[in-house]
Amino acid sequence: MPVLRIPTPLRAYTNGQSEVTIRGSNISDALTDLTTQYPALKPHLFNEGGELRPFVNLFVGENNIKDLQGVDTPIKEGEKIMLIPSIAGGANVA
Amino acid sequence: MLPNLSRDEILRYSRHLLIPEVGLEGQRKLKNSSALIIGTGGLGSPVALYLAAAGIGRIGLVDYDTVDSSNLQRQVIHGTSTVGKLKVESARAKLLDLNPDIQVDVYNEPYTSENAMRIAKDYDIILDGTDNFPTRYLTNDVAVFLGKPNVYASIYRFDGQVSVFYAKEGPCYRCLFPEPPPPGLVPSCAEGGVLGVLPGTIGTLQATEALKVLLGIGEPLIGKLLLYNALDMSFEYVKLKKNPNCRVCGPNADIKELIDYEEFCGVPSHDHEEGSAGANWDITVQELAERVKNNHLKLVDVREPHELEISRIPNAINIPLGQLAARLSELDSAEEMVIFCKSGSRSARGLELLASAGFKKVKNLKGGINAWATEVDKSLPIY
Repeated sequence: MPVLRIPTPLRAYTNGQSEVTIRGSNISDALTDLTTQYPALKPHLFNEGGELRPFVNLFVGENNIKDLQGVDTPIKEGEKIMLIPSIAGGANVA
Repeated sequence: MLPNLSRDEILRYSRHLLIPEVGLEGQRKLKNSSALIIGTGGLGSPVALYLAAAGIGRIGLVDYDTVDSSNLQRQVIHGTSTVGKLKVESARAKLLDLNPDIQVDVYNEPYTSENAMRIAKDYDIILDGTDNFPTRYLTNDVAVFLGKPNVYASIYRFDGQVSVFYAKEGPCYRCLFPEPPPPGLVPSCAEGGVLGVLPGTIGTLQATEALKVLLGIGEPLIGKLLLYNALDMSFEYVKLKKNPNCRVCGPNADIKELIDYEEFCGVPSHDHEEGSAGANWDITVQELAERVKNNHLKLVDVREPHELEISRIPNAINIPLGQLAARLSELDSAEEMVIFCKSGSRSARGLELLASAGFKKVKNLKGGINAWATEVDKSLPIY
């Protein structure tokens, strides 16, 4: 099954898991499975209308799904999917 | 005409002159070049030190902050002796000690839409070492409008990202991140902190990329994003393409001049140490101290469990912000409660979440437990 790498800032919503095995033959199905496993992730990935938020970047291998077929991009067994966060950097936290 | 090197400079840079990819001509190129570094914090420290050591002829530093002792765990350009001094002055003194042959120009002001073009226009390259979204978008847009390369890096805990955004030859920051996360979803606020050496690793990579671009050698990270994780010691790359719909560098760009970046990002670009949920929703530490003396008040601490080892307010229950939505059933919306965190921002977001779930009797502790430690219980440390 495909494996999704969870970036550190979002691990608070995946019980600390850095990699999650997901089911699905394309990104859309995989994300549905991911947010079913970890519902707290949902608002971080999708807007109120159910669309992927513009700052959420998903890469299949080296390529951004935006440069492939978007959420319809097919994924294969064992393929690595990366979720790349938008981080402001710096160390300040309130 | 490239400037010549003095006898002293030839000795100073001899290890560069021995590398054929740099050589005498390359070193003269570096002497003739200029770099603007936005921020003299965790990333800016190694960037500035190594670019100064490498002999970049003119370095500009932008920062309006002063050195604090909590900076020194990672901001190695500063020192205990410069705590309380302006960061740009502290940094300039260190750079000129390291290399008196260079020129260091300092801008002790916030980098804003009003001054950014003026400050950046006379530099060859811009290095983004900021810590907030508004300044990142500003830095990107300035670089795009001025046609300059922007060496980008950002860090979080054990993770780092590096790229060279150069719209003339590849994508810009906005091609990858067309807009910032909405304020309530900024993950870096839910937790926080950074391994002190991380900005050292990432900032050094940033300096490397700047030198490559200025020298015209190697393959800079244009169209590539480097993802580093210190725990796995992994370096991974992904490809970045120019976004045809990019609003600043695309063919149909509609943003032609600098905008209001704080409004665009919905957050202030400059530190507001004390988080607030708005006057009607706030309670001060003095008020809280009175209230807990007199009656029962539920206290909800939304910090991470490991932060409780640093300081705690007695009788508070701990529900980390990331778990709050899933643990609402543990709270009674009819009960009066005060929600708090380190300094009030995380709890302000927690309060929003509670308010939207129908909680009406919640207050946010203004300034968080750090304000409590400053004003009420002075036995507690501030962090």
